[in-house]
Parts: sequence; C-alpha cells; structure tokens
Amino acid sequence: MKIAVCIKRAPDSETRFRIAASGTGIDEAGVKFDISDFDSYAVEYALQVTEKGGGEVVVISVGTDASQETLRKALSMGAASGVLLKTDGPVFDSMAVARALADELQGGGYDLVLFGKVAADTAAGAVGAMTAELLGLPCVNSVSKLDLADGRGTARRDLEGAAETVEFPLPAVVSIDEGIARPRYPSLKGIMAAKKKPLESKPAQLGDVRVKIAKMELPADRPPGRIIGEGAAAVPELVRLLQDEAKVL
Amino acid sequence: MANILAYAEARAGELRKTAFEAVTAARQLADASGGGEVHAIVFGPAGVAAKAAQLGKFGADVVIAVEHERYANNDPESMSATIAERAKSGGHRYVVGVASQTGRDIAPRVAAKLGAAFASDVIDAKVNGDALTVRHPGYWGKVIMTLEVTGSPTVLTYRPGAVTASENAKEARAESMAPAADPSASRVVVKETTQGAKGRPDLAEAPIIISGGRGLKEAANFKLVEDLADAFGNAAVGATRAVTDEGWRPHSDQIGQTGRTVSPQLYVAVGISGAIQHIAGMRTSKAIVAINKDKEAPIFKIADYGIVGDVFEVVPALTAAVKAAKNS
Repeated sequence: MKIAVCIKRAPDSETRFRIAASGTGIDEAGVKFDISDFDSYAVEYALQVTEKGGGEVVVISVGTDASQETLRKALSMGAASGVLLKTDGPVFDSMAVARALADELQGGGYDLVLFGKVAADTAAGAVGAMTAELLGLPCVNSVSKLDLADGRGTARRDLEGAAETVEFPLPAVVSIDEGIARPRYPSLKGIMAAKKKPLESKPAQLGDVRVKIAKMELPADRPPGRIIGEGAAAVPELVRLLQDEAKVL
Repeated sequence: MANILAYAEARAGELRKTAFEAVTAARQLADASGGGEVHAIVFGPAGVAAKAAQLGKFGADVVIAVEHERYANNDPESMSATIAERAKSGGHRYVVGVASQTGRDIAPRVAAKLGAAFASDVIDAKVNGDALTVRHPGYWGKVIMTLEVTGSPTVLTYRPGAVTASENAKEARAESMAPAADPSASRVVVKETTQGAKGRPDLAEAPIIISGGRGLKEAANFKLVEDLADAFGNAAVGATRAVTDEGWRPHSDQIGQTGRTVSPQLYVAVGISGAIQHIAGMRTSKAIVAINKDKEAPIFKIADYGIVGDVFEVVPALTAAVKAAKNS
C-alpha cells in the first residue's frame, strides 16, 4: 500500500508563547519545533500499516525551508521519502494549502492519504477535507480507529456524546485523531538512514491566498488563583461561594 | 446587505444546540452587514421539517428542510453537496456553521466545492468592508489570531459556545429541498451511530463539568467524580490525558490540548495537577474549582476556588453539601 502523510511543522506543546515584535507571529526564539501532534499519530499509523502489509510511506509538508527538519524526522521514523512544498512564510489559508497538496498528490498513485485532524498552530482542521474534495476522493475525518482490508476501510469517528462507525472504499483521505497509534522515537539507525533518504523541495502552488494574518495576541490572563481552605472543612465555604459569587449552584 | 446560509445541525432528526448557535450567529452577521435574510438548512429523516420550524424564533427568515431516510445518520458527502448547491443558487454572501465534529467535517467540503474563502472555529466575526475580520484561537488556545478573509462567498464556522443562542422572532417561511447528490450514492457510509453515556450531557453542552485526574489513583475511584456530577444533576464527566491513556475513561472524555476544549460555567478539577496541556483545554471555563492534595500543583494558579486536601475526603463531603444545597 502506498500512503501519503501530510505533516506540518509546529511548536512543541510545552511552549509558553511570546508574540513576535511584528505582532503577526510568535517569537520563535528558543521554541522547539516538531511534527504537529496529530500528524505524528498519522505518520506512526502509516508506518505500522506498511510494516505489516508492505508498501511505502511518503511524507509531504507545505512550509518554509525550516520544515525540511520536520520531514527528516518523519524519515528517521521510517518514511521512505519526503516532499517539501516550499512557501515564503506561514500560510493561514486552508484552501491554498489544500490546492498545493492536491497538486502534488494528484497522479501519485496513493491508496491512502492521511492528515492529522487539526494542526497545532493554525488549528483550522480543514485542509484534509478540502484536499479530498479537490482530488474527488472519499474522506473521513477525525478517526480514532482505522482498519484496512481488501481495498476498503472501516473507521471509528467520535462525535460529541456519540461515535460513528463508517465504511468507505480506497483510495481515500482520512484525518487522524488521538488514540490510533503512539508515535515512536526515531532510533539512531533510523536517524542515520534518514540522512540518505530522498527529500525533494519545490515551490508550493498556493494560488490565490485570501486569508491573511492581521494580528496575534495572547489571550487575557485569568485572575490569579485562590486557595480557600484545606480539607473537608473548606467545603461549606466553597458551597457558599458557588452559590453567592459564581452563582452556579 | 447580505443573505446568509446557516447550516443547522441535527442528529437523528433532532436539532442540536449548535443549530441554534449557527442561526443566531448568522442573524448577527446579517444585521451587522446592513440586514439580510438568514436561510437555515437542516438535514434529517422525514419529520425534521416540523422540528426545524422553531429556528424562526432564533432569527431564520427561511427554513429549508432536506429530508431523506439516510439522514438519520450523517452523510457529509451529499449534505455538503446540497449546502454548496443551495449557496450557489441562492447567491449567499456567507455560509455559517458551528465547529462541532459534524460542522468541522462538512464546512471545509462546502468551501472547497464553492471555491470559497474559509475561516474555522472563530470566536467572533466583524464585517470590514468587503472583508471579514475574524478572531480564532490557535496554538492550543494559547494565542488568539486575527485573520482577514476576503472573497465571496466566505464559509465560516464558529467555535461551539462562542455565540449564545438568542431568540429573535421571525415568521420563518418553510421550504423543502431534495438532496443535490443522491445520498445512496455516497461512498462513505455510516454503518452505526452509538450513543454515549445516557442521562448525562455531553462535554460540549454541559454547563458543569467534573473532571478527574491521576490523583484518583484507580479507575474505580471515578465513582467519586460520577457521584459529584449526579449531585449537580446537569454535569458532564471529563478526564485528563493521563487517565484516558491508562484506560480508566474513554478517549472521548479527554479534556486538553489533544482532546476536547471546553468552557462550562463551572469546571471542577478533582485530583488534577494542571499540566499545561490540560489547562489548554479548560482555561476559558467561567469558574474553576480545584481539589488537590499538593498545594504547589499548577492547577491552583488558575483555580478561582482551590481546596488543598485529600480528594477521597473532600469530594464526598462536597457531594453531600451540593445535594443538601439542591434540596434546600
């Protein structure tokens, strides 16, 4: 099976952000970057499928030159090759990113195209479904369990307070939720091997970009926390505050 | 003046809370752009049209019901094709939805079919000449982005709960429409929809959430959390990633960076230390209670009401006190 996994470079989840002087981005000084969390689950899932049933994993990213490192990390985990669709800066237009990816994926002979369900930074969660539309492929989003057999997929999708089991034919586009696979750490051997794996770089065909960043800011701080007491003795005071101050009881 | 198409979500023929939020948001956007009509579109099995009529009370001028037996379950392929077709024939300036799991699934497909500009999960939207200025949380909610979106039509989804459904009585005209793509030809087919825990609201809709962490020590002790939720009566139960990773609770209960983002009126953190990844999922709650034995736990930095103590002692006492308060 030939699987493409579309991945994005994103800050590490422990990051405490500062806004850059420009006011339209984060200050990247001292920030660690990695494969965006849900994308890394998709990479791991794809590797497990091809290790069991044969085939290869190709990783594709839309981003600046800095995303080479992100693709290289996926290669060190076991992906066969990578493609960077290069941009001059971050892109906030999901449709533009989908156009660039569809342009690359078209005619690639992929049985399955995987995405993380949402990118950690821009958090739109739209590129997978848009790419599927542009390619005319069936699409299942936010999948926490996926079985593939005989050219078909069966997936579980969590809804609020419910879950769906869906069936679909391959080739298809699937976006991955948590719970599907825990990403491996690259081995030393994997890291060495990744240095020799093909990583192509070419300009992203974004087309008309209609969503632009105007400002980034940190959300308003919560008021500082308050400890109202210790042990069960503090419960009456808590109940009073929930009734009189928070008015939720 | 701009006419707006609002996607009003239904599940198994029943309107969801997000349906009223979508129509309210569309009404506000229509009024902000100099007045215009709100057309609400609803999908469901036969009978959904009668239920959809109440959307008029929330500001819909037209309610379009698309009935088909397959719409007892989701069918994003034909639903998105039908919304796109209606937006095209109706010349709508905006298509509005709510970024629930279903809204997130459908809206980008509609945008791609229309070749429309798209904004996702916005907390507010302002008409700015020919453009739309939206604010949208990113970086796990740690950064608020302001985006300029140009192009007509524009498809946008609101963050669940960002708009409070409010009544704005209209005499809605009822219309019916056939699916623009045959639902029985959809390639992705829902085989089964299983409902979660009965009798408890979902995390997205609950005004109160009681959430448990590793401090509960084992799965069976989640009974303490369940009992407290039952005492409040309208509370959902959530968990930290540590807990769902241990398998004490299902993955879908996880609140935090890689799980659900919630903003209830009251969030009670039981035995939760407050890792940055968990706080990202609940920091916008109106009031936060934390009960933890470690007074240095980071959760106390954001808790409006912190109690330092043993959860096995404090939580049962709180459950009893809440029951007493409810009965008085």
